[in-house]
Amino acid sequence: MSKLPQLTISGIAQAVELSERVHWIGAMDPSLRNFDIILKTANGTTYNAYLVRGSEGVAIVDTVKENFSNDFFERLESVASYDEIKVIVLNHLEPDHTGALPELMRRAPQARVYISQKAQSMLKALLKQDEFDFTSVLTGDKVSLGDRTLEFFHTPYLHWPDTQCTYLQEEQTLFSGDVFGCHFCDARLFNDEVGDFRFSFEYYYAHIMRPFKDYVNKALDLLEPLALINILPAHGPLLRDQPKKYVQRYRELSSSVLQSEIGAGEKTLLIFYISSYGNTRRMALAIYEGAMEIEHVRVSLYDLEGSEVAPFVDLIEGADGIVFGTPTINGDAVKPVWDLLSSLAVINLKTKVGGVFGSYGWTGEGVKMVEDRLRGLKLRVPIPGIRIKLIPTEEEIESCREFGQHLAQELLGLRQPRVIDMADLA
Amino acid sequence: MAKATIIFEDIDVTVTAPAGTRLIEISEKVGSGIVYGCREGECGTCITKVTEGWNNLTEPSVLEDKILRENMAGKHNRLACQAQVLGGVIKVKPV
Repeated sequence: MSKLPQLTISGIAQAVELSERVHWIGAMDPSLRNFDIILKTANGTTYNAYLVRGSEGVAIVDTVKENFSNDFFERLESVASYDEIKVIVLNHLEPDHTGALPELMRRAPQARVYISQKAQSMLKALLKQDEFDFTSVLTGDKVSLGDRTLEFFHTPYLHWPDTQCTYLQEEQTLFSGDVFGCHFCDARLFNDEVGDFRFSFEYYYAHIMRPFKDYVNKALDLLEPLALINILPAHGPLLRDQPKKYVQRYRELSSSVLQSEIGAGEKTLLIFYISSYGNTRRMALAIYEGAMEIEHVRVSLYDLEGSEVAPFVDLIEGADGIVFGTPTINGDAVKPVWDLLSSLAVINLKTKVGGVFGSYGWTGEGVKMVEDRLRGLKLRVPIPGIRIKLIPTEEEIESCREFGQHLAQELLGLRQPRVIDMADLA
Repeated sequence: MAKATIIFEDIDVTVTAPAGTRLIEISEKVGSGIVYGCREGECGTCITKVTEGWNNLTEPSVLEDKILRENMAGKHNRLACQAQVLGGVIKVKPV
C-alpha cells in the first residue's frame, strides 16, 4: 500500500518534503466539482504551492485559493519563517494561485515579487493598488537564492497571457504553473502514488490548453531541452516519475491528430447548414458547387442535423474556412448552429475565414448574428453574408454560387483588391 | 466633407470614409480581421498596426496611451475603437 505523506500533525497542516530544499506547501480541495464554470472534476483539485530554500533565502512559488490560505500558511510556517522569504514567484495570476498573496505580502514585506512582464496589469488589478515593487521577468532571467537559482521561462497563453514556468536549476525541477496540471485531488500527491489521473490530465489539456496549441508548441520548444527530475504543476499530481512523458504528451496533443489528404498549397473549406424547408439547404448546395469550381480548394458539406458537435469542432480546428447556413426562426439563428458556435472556444480560429448564409421568412437577423459571432471568435468575415427570403430564385442561387467561388478565392488569396465608399455600405 | 482612404491590408479592401469616423465603424462593416472586445478603449483587444498614415489619425488620448502601454503595444499601434480618421491615406492591419 502507498505511504501517505503526512499532511497534518495534531490538526496543523504540514509541508511535504520533495527534496531537502523543496517543499510542497499547497492545499487540498477534494469537494470541488466544478472549476471556473467550464471544468468538471470528479474528485476535486489541489492548489499546489512550493517553497524553495537556498543558502541566502527562501522562495515561495505560487500560493493558493484564498479560502485555503490557512493550510498554506500553516504548511509554510512548518518549514520556514516569514523573515526568511526573499522571493515570491507567481507563475500565473489567476485567483486560485494568488488568493493568499496579499496576506503573504503583508507577512513577508521584505520579499520581492517576480512575475512575467505581461502579468503587471493583472497584478495591479488583483492587489487593487498601483504602486508596489515587483520585478518583471522574461525568458532567461534568473534570481539567485545563494546555492539555488530560479530561472524563468515565459510561456504566454498557457493558458493566460501572463503565464510563465520557473526552473530550479540545481535540482532540475520545473515549477510549471497550470502547464502539465490537472484537477485531481489525491493525498498521495505524487504521480507514481495517486490513483489513475490520465483522464483528468487529458481533459484539462483539452479544455485549458487546446485553444492555444501554437503557444503550447512554442513553450515546448523552450521546455523540452531542460533536464527534468520533477515537474511540479500548480494543480494535481506532482510529476516525479517520468516527467518527460508528460512533456511528450503535450507535444502529441498539440500536433495534428491525423493529417488530411490536403496537398501543399491547397485550402479547406467546410460548409455547415441546417434547413427546415430545404431553402437553406438549396443555398448550401449552390455555395458548395460554386466553391468546388475553384481549383486547390477542398470543399466539404455537412448537415448539422447529422452529427454530434464534437467531431465538427475537430474538423473546424484543421480547416481554413468555415461557412454556416442557418434559417432565421423567431428572430434568431437556430440552436444547432449556436450549439456548434458555442463549442469553438476550445480551438484556435484566428486567421480562418468565415461566411454565413440563410433563408428566412420575415426579417433574417440570423445571418448577421452569426457573422457577429464569427468576428467575435476572431475569424475574418470578408464577404457579406447572403440572406434570401423564403424560396431562392434561380438568380439568387447564382449569387450563392458566386458567394462560394469568392470564399474559395479568398482562401487562396486570389480575390481582387476592392475599393468601397463607406456611404455605399449599409 | 473631408474624406480619408483606409486600406485594410489583411483583406485587401480600400474604403473611403468621412473624416471623424472611427476605425472600428469601418473595419466592422468591411469585415477586416481586427477583433473587438469592450469597444470602449479599456480592454486592448482591438490593438491594430498602422503601417502607413499614422499622422492621418487623431492623436491617442491619455487613456488610450495607458492601455497601449499596459498591453506592451508596439510602435505605431492604435486601438481601432478609439482612433478616428482625419484624411489622407491610412493603412492598417490586425496585430
